[in-house]
Amino acid sequence: MFRLVVNGQPREVAADPETPLLYVLRNDLGLTGTKFGCGLGQCGACTVLVDGQPMRSCMLPVQAVAGQAVTTIEGLGSPERPHPLQAALIEEQAVQCGYCTPGIVMAAKAILDRTPRPTEAQLKQALNEVLCRCGTHDRVVRAVLRVAATMGGR
Amino acid sequence: MADIGMTRRSFLKTGGAMVVGFGLGPALAARAGAQTTAAADKFLGKTVAIDAVDGFLALHADGTVTLFSGKVDLGTGARAALTQMAAEELDVPVERIVMIEGDTALTPDQGATAGSAGVARGGMQIRRAAATARRALLDRAAQRLGRPASDLEVKDGVIAPKGGGPGVSYAELVGEQRLNLAVNQKAALKDPAQFRVIGKAVRRPDIPAKVTGRHRFVHDMVLPEMLHGRAIRPPAVGATLLAVDEASVASIPEVRVVRIGSFLGVCAEREWDAVRAAKALKATWSPGTGLPEQARLFAGIRATPVVRDEVLASRGDVASAFAGGGRTLAATYEWPIQSHACMGPSCAVADVTSDRATLWTGSQSTHRFRTTFARILGLPQDKVRLIYLDGSGCYGMNGHEDAAADAALLSRAVGRPVRVQWSREDEHGWDPKGPPHLLDLRAAIDDRGEVVAWNSEAWLPAPTQGLPNVPLLAPLAAGIAQPMGTFAGMIQQNVDPPYQYPNVRTVIHWIKDTPLRAANLRGPGKLANCFAVESFVDEMAVLAGADPIEFRLRYLKDPRGIEVIRRVAARIGWTPRPRPQTADPRAPVLTGRGFSYVHYKHSENYVAMGMEVAVERASGRIRVTRLVCAQDCGLVINPDCVRNQVEGCILQGLSRTLFEEVAFDRSGVTSLDWRGYPVLGFSDAPPLEIELVDRPTEPPIGTGEAAGTPVPGALANAMFDATGVRMRTAPFRPDRVKAALGA
Repeated sequence: MFRLVVNGQPREVAADPETPLLYVLRNDLGLTGTKFGCGLGQCGACTVLVDGQPMRSCMLPVQAVAGQAVTTIEGLGSPERPHPLQAALIEEQAVQCGYCTPGIVMAAKAILDRTPRPTEAQLKQALNEVLCRCGTHDRVVRAVLRVAATMGGR
Repeated sequence: MADIGMTRRSFLKTGGAMVVGFGLGPALAARAGAQTTAAADKFLGKTVAIDAVDGFLALHADGTVTLFSGKVDLGTGARAALTQMAAEELDVPVERIVMIEGDTALTPDQGATAGSAGVARGGMQIRRAAATARRALLDRAAQRLGRPASDLEVKDGVIAPKGGGPGVSYAELVGEQRLNLAVNQKAALKDPAQFRVIGKAVRRPDIPAKVTGRHRFVHDMVLPEMLHGRAIRPPAVGATLLAVDEASVASIPEVRVVRIGSFLGVCAEREWDAVRAAKALKATWSPGTGLPEQARLFAGIRATPVVRDEVLASRGDVASAFAGGGRTLAATYEWPIQSHACMGPSCAVADVTSDRATLWTGSQSTHRFRTTFARILGLPQDKVRLIYLDGSGCYGMNGHEDAAADAALLSRAVGRPVRVQWSREDEHGWDPKGPPHLLDLRAAIDDRGEVVAWNSEAWLPAPTQGLPNVPLLAPLAAGIAQPMGTFAGMIQQNVDPPYQYPNVRTVIHWIKDTPLRAANLRGPGKLANCFAVESFVDEMAVLAGADPIEFRLRYLKDPRGIEVIRRVAARIGWTPRPRPQTADPRAPVLTGRGFSYVHYKHSENYVAMGMEVAVERASGRIRVTRLVCAQDCGLVINPDCVRNQVEGCILQGLSRTLFEEVAFDRSGVTSLDWRGYPVLGFSDAPPLEIELVDRPTEPPIGTGEAAGTPVPGALANAMFDATGVRMRTAPFRPDRVKAALGA
């Protein structure tokens, strides 16, 4: 049995200790916004925040995050009350298939937490950690820079 | 495991909702495409006839409308655009329309969502159905109100006299009744001058749920008592299964091993257990059937027997023109095998019993695959239902259908619903591939610099006549009969030039076979073909001592093509030049400009592209510093969705040109992850300048493919302008560029 704090809620899950956090989130806690992309830590579709740090949940055993605070895409905002990053993506319509989107949002959140006002080049460099196949790069960059300009990443 | 809180039996009895958009109101969830089976199932038994208005539309007593579309939204914005088209002809606000997509039990068979035909053909079918309904409702209202229909107008689903006065709503006229109308194929469509919603950048309904993690993809589908399954693919293409050691997974809880012929799979209650069981399961396989040596791929293509030659274009007398003197030019171009490389490995959920099957899939072609799955499962077609749920970016036939076949065979074997998601290695290794292209081009130019002869030839894998779909892996391995063969889309298109040269010949050598299973990949064949044609035209311009844009315009008559070219030239500030610049041999970074033009399929979009690049001599890295594109796609239904598509086409085209090549050894694919098969990253994505030419009185043309096709040509031409080096083999990876530069 592992105790986690997920999106501010204490949760208990019974899982093999080696189970990647991704499967616990998706299947035990019903938080399917976090996506399986590669299982190799290469694409970032499974990015969540653990104690504020971006982590690849596909490679992170649940036992490694016991007792820590996990934030998933669902914890950032909702369609009714989106986080500014989510609102900016809606504003820019910066989505095509949207499968990589949750990972990109979480990565962008971590980037702005670290560097509230990145230059475009810095932002793109940082976003290289996450992949998009549909070609929304331009719009995503515009959306994140818009947030950085208006709220300095908070 | 997770407490599902409901047994399968009680679930079936209640027909409980299986897919719910968390945190969304029901209307928003429905509009967002999070189709609930419960919400959709109330329509079971409705007609799906493509010639019946009721096939497409249901009007409801609360004023809402359900649109049943056989065309699906593959992440393209079709959900918005098709809704707009229905809303326009019905005169109902878009917010009141809920779209159900690609459910074989509920939607008409409008063919695959492919070839950029979703809006162009599917949308027009929807418009005609909606226009038929509106006309009939006007007539009913005229009777009810005692006024001629010509005195009435429709606004927001209410029909009222033009000068004002009491009206009657669609809801009052119809309630929940069927319309019982045949679609009038000649129904008068709304005059573009009267458009209220077509042409507007209506926001996509699925985006709020997608950015907040609430959107339900097929990957997120859960059924009561569902197991997680994985198929285990052989270590070599064509290998057969000799033995399985089930004891090798005995330590993993509740694992079931399924073996049908050479089809091998595992199922488990928990997904992680299925994942590790699939890895741990020991199996013995025969050697594979073997692949050619990758280094000899194109030599092998040239040596493959030709099934038949197809003359794609023939004008004038090419042989005499070549014999007539002048300067000749010849070049060979090579395009590699490429993968769909979707971000989310393919996934499907199947619930198969002895007498029926339901499959949830991201397939672009649920109707066509219903026939296939009925055959595979030995069930009558009407007992098989395929339901579309969003997959991860579909750029043609990727692994969605294969994953569905895996899930179907596993579900039937274990007697429970099964969800299968492929691993990254499965996806990169086994998705059907865009086939390789080999092209030879030859031209003759006279003393005045005019083109007198053009000859282009391509060696492409022959399509199999009447093949319903590419053979699926699971039945293939299981020994279940299915039609065999190859089909990769209309990969021969655009091997002939769009330019009016006096003597032209284009021949496709359809060859017997191609390594690795081929299928349609976005803009099938056209990236490769336009790469060759547009690069070669650039080579010809150099030989003729002509500016590349002027050289193209000289042989173009089509005013729509000329317009997109002129727009790009103006926007990028093109300076005419008779020859490329001379590269400074010492400069660490070389810069240049390139241009290309495509009339997609010679019948659809007109696209022109100008590009500026910086080539780093030491690293061989090409950076695109500016990219200008003009596209004419006829009537624009939703300009922002079109732009999004054009941007996606361009960036994916750039990714395929710069980086993408499937690597393989004699056994199988070796580029099995994102390091072996890299795609465009954020740092390599340039800002895009796009101009759309709106032509409201022309029919709409789909935009899911065309804008990627001028990318490789424009890039190769810019690279040549910068460096004097001609890239004739894609991708232009840094190592290859470096070698070409002799750095």
